[in-house]
Amino acid sequence: MIRVILPYHLKALAGISGEVQLEVAGPASVRSILDALEARYPMLRGTIRDQVTGHRRAMLRFFACEQDFSNDALDTPLPEAIASGAEPLLVVGAIAGG
Amino acid sequence: MSGIRVLVGTRKGGFILTSDGSRKKWSVSGPHFAGWEIYHMKASPVDSNRIFASQSSGWFGQVMQRSDDGGKTWNTPGSSPEELLSPDGMPKGESNKFVYDTSSQTGKPLTTHLWYDGSQHPWEFKRVWHIEPSRDNPDTAYAGVEDAALFRTTDGGKSWHELPGLRGHGTGSKWQPGAGGMCLHTILFDPTNPKRIYVAISAAGAFRTDDGGATWKPINRGLKSPYLPEPTPEIGFCVHRLALHPSRPNVVFMQLHQGGGVYRSDNAGDQWVEVNGNLPTDFGFPIDVHAHEADTVYAVPMDPNLRVPPEGKLRVYRSRTGGNDWEPLARGLPQENCYVNVLRDAMSVDSLDPCGVYFGTNGGQVYASADGGDNWTAIVRDLPAVLSVEAQTLP
Repeated sequence: MIRVILPYHLKALAGISGEVQLEVAGPASVRSILDALEARYPMLRGTIRDQVTGHRRAMLRFFACEQDFSNDALDTPLPEAIASGAEPLLVVGAIAGG
Repeated sequence: MSGIRVLVGTRKGGFILTSDGSRKKWSVSGPHFAGWEIYHMKASPVDSNRIFASQSSGWFGQVMQRSDDGGKTWNTPGSSPEELLSPDGMPKGESNKFVYDTSSQTGKPLTTHLWYDGSQHPWEFKRVWHIEPSRDNPDTAYAGVEDAALFRTTDGGKSWHELPGLRGHGTGSKWQPGAGGMCLHTILFDPTNPKRIYVAISAAGAFRTDDGGATWKPINRGLKSPYLPEPTPEIGFCVHRLALHPSRPNVVFMQLHQGGGVYRSDNAGDQWVEVNGNLPTDFGFPIDVHAHEADTVYAVPMDPNLRVPPEGKLRVYRSRTGGNDWEPLARGLPQENCYVNVLRDAMSVDSLDPCGVYFGTNGGQVYASADGGDNWTAIVRDLPAVLSVEAQTLP
């Protein structure tokens, strides 16, 4: 079971409290996890990655096991601790704005 | 007694203000979608409980929301628990998807417009500025978006598809953003002619279709922009707002950027005439028409350099003659130390008699007049900056 922690506003949008737990088919990567997340919560489509290009939205980052995967290819394998659920994938919104 | 619902979009969420027909006591619900920018909310004219909302964020992009119970609960269309159970299978989150149509089958594959540095820049979707639900079908609505284009849903907002003939108009590559972005912010229907739609784009100008959206023509003749090298081009005008009275849809009023001011067309936009008359300035954002008097028009002039009320006095101006002769309406509005602005989608009228007029400010006040503008009171004073105000008259 893979764990994902979303920013406050995306949890509110999807009606999620706490972290998300997902069954992910195949190797754990940012892409496979987001695919599973969006299938469960379709209202999140377009809010994390652009609907057309599939690129990460500029003001979001993907952190896992104290590493920044934001600029890696979406299919880059994530650490085993993510695949096993020992550690969560963090989708982090920029701490900025008024 | 019928009631009024005022749908208020702000920088930090949506608010719904409700009252009975007396419009004296108001209740406030919200913030809906707290923390998100709500550019616009508008109800279907044929189903008063169906409200569309544009929810957006610089972090998370565009989300479209719909309520079918008058704003009590909301869903991204196609994603409600009931719809998840539909035989169509899993929804795909298409309600949030706005993809420009560049196919050769439906329109010219236009992909770039003029950028600030004179180069061509790709069309990039940013947000929905305005939603205009159909006058006769609750599942149909139009969305004006940034970068400027017109989209339509015919399935209640589950999916949106561009009407590419507008962007594909021959001038599209010359459209250029204003300081607020290149947005399509006004959509007006002609109630006597379902094939005719007016739209306005900053800073491209006004356009009209007479064939239901397949083809469009610029309608900017007579406008002037003295700050442009060529003062009367076919396009390039920073139109702030259009308004018309449904009983006389060939007469259209416009608030143009400074250097222009308030204009009127008596022939569906084919020719415009400036009607600033005795207005104190030629700058403002909103313009609207009284619900029962086709020649009664409201504008909110601002200092053209500061974009705040002249002399620190917040005044709505009313013309009962379709322009040129204007009277200030100040009773109940702050007449000293007032430096707020009123944005283009932040004024609306109800259809009760006497007509109610409403506007919101970027200082968070929403003002209401239940007597056509003679007297004003603040329904709320401390909301986030107001982006849009829509008055809905309930049956």
